[in-house]
Amino acid sequence: MTESIQGNGFAIQTFSISRKFRNFVAVDGIDLSVKEGELFSLLGPNGAGKTTAIRMLCCLLRPSSGTATIMGHDIQKDPVAVKKVIDVSPQETAIAEYLNARENLSLMGGIHGIEKELVKKRSEELLEMMGLTNRSKERVKKYSGGMKRRLSIAMALVSDPQVLFLDEPTLGLDPQSRRSVWEYIAELKGQKTIVLTTHYLEEADALADRVAIIDEGKIIALGTPRELKDSVSDMQVMVVKAKNLTFDAIEGLREIFPEVREIEDGIEIKAKEIGFFDVVDYLRPKGVIIESTSLKEVTLDDVFLQLTGKELRE
Amino acid sequence: MRFMILAKKNFKEIFLDYISLVFAIALPIVMLLILQTFGRVESFFNPTNLTPGIVVFGFAMISLSSCMTLARDRDSALLSRLLTAPLSANDFILAYSLPYVPVVIMHIVVLFGTGGLLGLEISGNAGLVLLILFVMSIGYIGLGMILGSVFTYKAVPIAWQAVNLLTIFSGAWFSLEIIGGGIQSIMNALPFAHAIGAARDVMVQGVGFSDIATDFYWVLGYTVVFVALGIFLFRRRMME
Repeated sequence: MTESIQGNGFAIQTFSISRKFRNFVAVDGIDLSVKEGELFSLLGPNGAGKTTAIRMLCCLLRPSSGTATIMGHDIQKDPVAVKKVIDVSPQETAIAEYLNARENLSLMGGIHGIEKELVKKRSEELLEMMGLTNRSKERVKKYSGGMKRRLSIAMALVSDPQVLFLDEPTLGLDPQSRRSVWEYIAELKGQKTIVLTTHYLEEADALADRVAIIDEGKIIALGTPRELKDSVSDMQVMVVKAKNLTFDAIEGLREIFPEVREIEDGIEIKAKEIGFFDVVDYLRPKGVIIESTSLKEVTLDDVFLQLTGKELRE
Repeated sequence: MRFMILAKKNFKEIFLDYISLVFAIALPIVMLLILQTFGRVESFFNPTNLTPGIVVFGFAMISLSSCMTLARDRDSALLSRLLTAPLSANDFILAYSLPYVPVVIMHIVVLFGTGGLLGLEISGNAGLVLLILFVMSIGYIGLGMILGSVFTYKAVPIAWQAVNLLTIFSGAWFSLEIIGGGIQSIMNALPFAHAIGAARDVMVQGVGFSDIATDFYWVLGYTVVFVALGIFLFRRRMME
């Protein structure tokens, strides 16, 4: 998919950017533009090409073809200028484990050329924001996964970058830690341009202004979460909680509705139109005891499923 | 001077991860103390003969620490994060090499100090001995850069064993003449035996620069190659 917006007001623009690893095409001719101040999400399954795209934009990987600009600076011709306006929180926590949180923040601020006093002031604010002040003098080796992740994000913020790349910032976190990281990211919204890669659709849905769905190195859909969901809104999802669900009953339903998926304590039916009585009247004579039925809102997973024929979580 | 901030972090880590320091400084001292006791039965094992070899063996230990620091930062993706900062390749190379210079100096001072207490004597120019050893130490730091740029944190200690064995077989603890044959030829083609031999000749026989010039340039040449290769491999890592 090509987005042909040109001109000022864009923090990031890519021009048919691609990257091959021998015969494997990790990123395949991506064209996109990210507005200044926008929280833009690259959503896709593992191996879709999200991290490769980010690594190219951060001047860590050379594109095989095409290029990109960050705040008007070409990533290949002027990587030093690009590096002055970006910072990144990589997929791995990427912290100096033998140092404490303050030392990690000083390191990042210092190598970005920020004055010592300013680094100190920003460090205080960031430690407070990330809830790490009390343990800021402890070696980060002893931190939990969630704390390391929050510190990693703080390290990307200490240089006050114009463009911030967050590569899978909540990967491997428990739901509670994930939610708290979301809150921190939400606080940054509008203050700077953020590119967030994730394979958690809830994350992209909750945080992003716009989402690009990426699969096999290509952008297959682009828009606000609402726009993307509306594009498949003619699809309904019904969750039926039931007992005595037999194989024959499910197979029979599949002849009426093409997508019937077994879930815990029931089934999930996806179709353009699902008649409540069509389901109930079919299942009851088969001895199935229906406990509840509900219509579920379309998710980005459904969008992905419609576009690729596979689920995002696969 | 932004590289100094990163160099400071690496310097701190050397001392916080004290196991590498134990290997680099304490282990050679223990070896010197043990090996010099054989001096009663074999004249080779006197502190003057042993110290240059054990100092060079300590350099191999320091190179292990340097390659592990680099490999650890690569594996943990900290290096990727650092590489997105506006630092040049030279900044990174200096930041990962310079912290080992004080360690090398400390190592030489401590080893020669211990040797001195045990009766070490320097017949020739002590400055020349230090020059040879210092040049060799830079070569070892270059080797650390090479290994750290190529191997993962887990693979680095295995790959480093080659450096360790080559150092030992270069006459670190015994005369190279004892080995002889093909191995001696291989060791003579490499710089380590030249560094140990030249330092030993200056200390024991009191020879001057002209007598060890070939050895010195041999060591210097290899050091340039090791450092250049380390820089080349690191640069390749910067933007793959």
